[in-house]
Amino acid sequence: MRTFEHVNAPDVQTAVALLGEASTEAIAGGTDLLGELKARLRSPQRLVNLKTLAGLQEISYSPKAGLRLGALVTLAEIERHPIIQERFPILAQAAASAATPQLRNMGTIGGNLCQKPRCWYYRNKLFECWLKGGDKCFAEDGENKYHAILGADRCHAVHPSDLAPALIALDATLRVVGPDLDGELSLEELYTKPTESRRQMTILGPGELITDIRVPIPKNGSRGVYLKTMERQSWSFALVSVAAQMNFAGERIADARVVLGGVAAIPWRARDSERILIGQRFSEGLAERAVEAAVAGAQPLRDNEYKVSLAKALVKRVIIDLCSTTD
Amino acid sequence: MATKAVRAKKLKVAIRGPGKTAIKLTVNGETHELLIEPRRTLLNALRKDLGLTGTKKACDEGTCGTCTVLLEGKPIYACMALAIECDGKSVETIESLSKDGQLHPIQRAFIAEDALQCGFCTPGQIMSVKALLDENPNPTLDDVKRVLSGNLCRCGAYPKLFQAALRAADLVRTGR
Ligand SMILES: Cc1cc2nc3c(=O)[nH]c(=O)nc-3n(C[C@@H](O)[C@@H](O)[C@H](O)COP(=O)(O)OP(=O)(O)OC[C@H]3O[C@@H](n4cnc5c(N)ncnc54)[C@H](O)[C@@H]3O)c2cc1C
Ligand code: SF4
Repeated sequence: MRTFEHVNAPDVQTAVALLGEASTEAIAGGTDLLGELKARLRSPQRLVNLKTLAGLQEISYSPKAGLRLGALVTLAEIERHPIIQERFPILAQAAASAATPQLRNMGTIGGNLCQKPRCWYYRNKLFECWLKGGDKCFAEDGENKYHAILGADRCHAVHPSDLAPALIALDATLRVVGPDLDGELSLEELYTKPTESRRQMTILGPGELITDIRVPIPKNGSRGVYLKTMERQSWSFALVSVAAQMNFAGERIADARVVLGGVAAIPWRARDSERILIGQRFSEGLAERAVEAAVAGAQPLRDNEYKVSLAKALVKRVIIDLCSTTD
Repeated sequence: MATKAVRAKKLKVAIRGPGKTAIKLTVNGETHELLIEPRRTLLNALRKDLGLTGTKKACDEGTCGTCTVLLEGKPIYACMALAIECDGKSVETIESLSKDGQLHPIQRAFIAEDALQCGFCTPGQIMSVKALLDENPNPTLDDVKRVLSGNLCRCGAYPKLFQAALRAADLVRTGR
C-alpha cells in the first residue's frame, strides 16, 4: 500500500465534505478497500474512516417502521440478530453465507453493498481493462468462469454482494447523503450496469454515502429463502445465488420477488418469473415456466455456461421450497 | 508528532499521516504507544513494531486466516485492519495464552490431539477456538466447524482440529 493520510469522520456532513475532495476514499470495515489498495488498483491520498460515525452502528426494529440498519452494522451482527433471524431470515442467511466469521466481524453492510467486482482482470493491476478506464474487456474472450450470463454489455463482471439480492427481495430502501444525491431510494435503484461514461456498478458519486438501510416488514404469511452455490462451503463468493420472498393468499401466490446474484453486473431481478408466479397456484408446470423466464436471454461465455444450469436449479428450488412450506 | 489539527476546506478535523503518528494499542493486557504510518496494518504493527511474531503473515489479503487475532474479543484478520483504526482498542494474540510457563488448555488440547502438521496456521486456529470458547463453553461440532471456517489449513488437519477444539472445550469447562 502507498502512504495516505487518515481522518476519523466526526459526523456525516463532515465525512461528505471530506470525501468531496480529490483522491479521497471512504473506509468502513476495509475488507474490500484494503484489498484494492494493497493491489494498488487505487492509491488515494486520504482515507476517511466511517467507523467513527456515531448513530450508524445500530440495528433497530419496530413493528410499525420495520427494520433499520445503520450502514456500519457488521455482517456478523446481522447474522446473529434474533429479530432478523426470525422476521427477515433471508437477510440472516445471506449474511451468514458471506466470506468468513472473521471477515463478517469486520465487514459492514454499507461496504458490502458498495464493494467492487472480483473479476480477476479488474483485481490485477497489470490489466488496464475497460471498467478501469481502458478499451478492452479481457474476460470477454479470456478466463470467464465467474463472469456474467445476463445483461452484460462492455463489462462482464458480476456484482459480488450476497446481501444485495436478499435486501432487494425484501424491498429495502436506502438513505443516501451527498452533494448530488440526498434522500431515499430503493436498493434496486442503487445498482446500474456500467456505461461508457460511468464505469461503475452503483450510481454513487464521490462523497455520496449510504447512511442507513430500511427494510419494510414482510406481510403476514410471507416467506423467504436465500440459496447460494459456491465452490466450497465457506470463503467463497456466489457462483449463483437466489433470494426469493413470496406472499400467499390461500393457495395462490399473492406476491413474489426473485433476485439472482452472481449472474449480472447488478443484482438481477427476475421480473418475468415474478409475473408468471403472481396470482397462480403452485404446479410443476408453473415452476418450470418461471425457471425458463429467469434465464431467458442468457448469453453465457466460454467457461460459464454452467451458471445457466445452476440458476435454473436454484430458482426451481426456491419456488418449490416456498410453495411447499406450511406455517 | 505528525498528528496535526488541519483545516481541510474549513473543516476542523484531525488529519493524521502520511508520516508516522502515535497510537495506543492494548495488546494482551499491556498498553503500548506506537508510532506508525496510517497504512500500517495491525498485523505489521504486531509483528514489526511489537515483535509479536506468533501471529503469522501469509496471504496478506484475507484469504488464509493465519493472522487471526481477537479485537475487542472478536476474531478478525489483522492483515485487513489498519493499526490506526485500532487506536485505543484491545487486541489479544496467541502470546497471551500461556501463563507462567503453563500452556493454555486449548494449546494442550491441540498437542494432545495432534491437531497440526506444519503448524503455521495453528496460532490463528487457536485464536478462533479461543473466541468460540470465550462465548460458548459448550460448543457442538457444528459450532466448531463454523468458527474455524475462516482458517485455512493446507496440511488438511481439519478432523483433528475439530477434535482438539472439542477437547479444549472439555478442559476449559472442567477447569483442567
Ligand atoms: C476473502 C474474501 C471473501 C469475501 N467473500 C464475500 C462473500 O462471500 N460475499 C460477499 O457479499 N462479500 C464477500 N467479501 C467482500 C467483503 O469485503 C464484504 O462482504 C464486506 O461486507 C465489505 O464491507 P467493508 O465494510 O469491509 O467495506 P470497505 O472495504 O470498507 O468498503 C468497500 C467499498 O465501499 C465503500 N463504502 C463503504 N461504506 C460505505 C457507505 N456507507 N456508503 C458508501 N460507500 C461506502 C468504500 O469506499 C469502498 O469503496 C469477501 C471479501 C474477502 C476479502
Ligand atoms: S469483466 Fe469488467 S472488470 Fe473484468 S476485465 Fe472485463 S471490463 Fe474489466
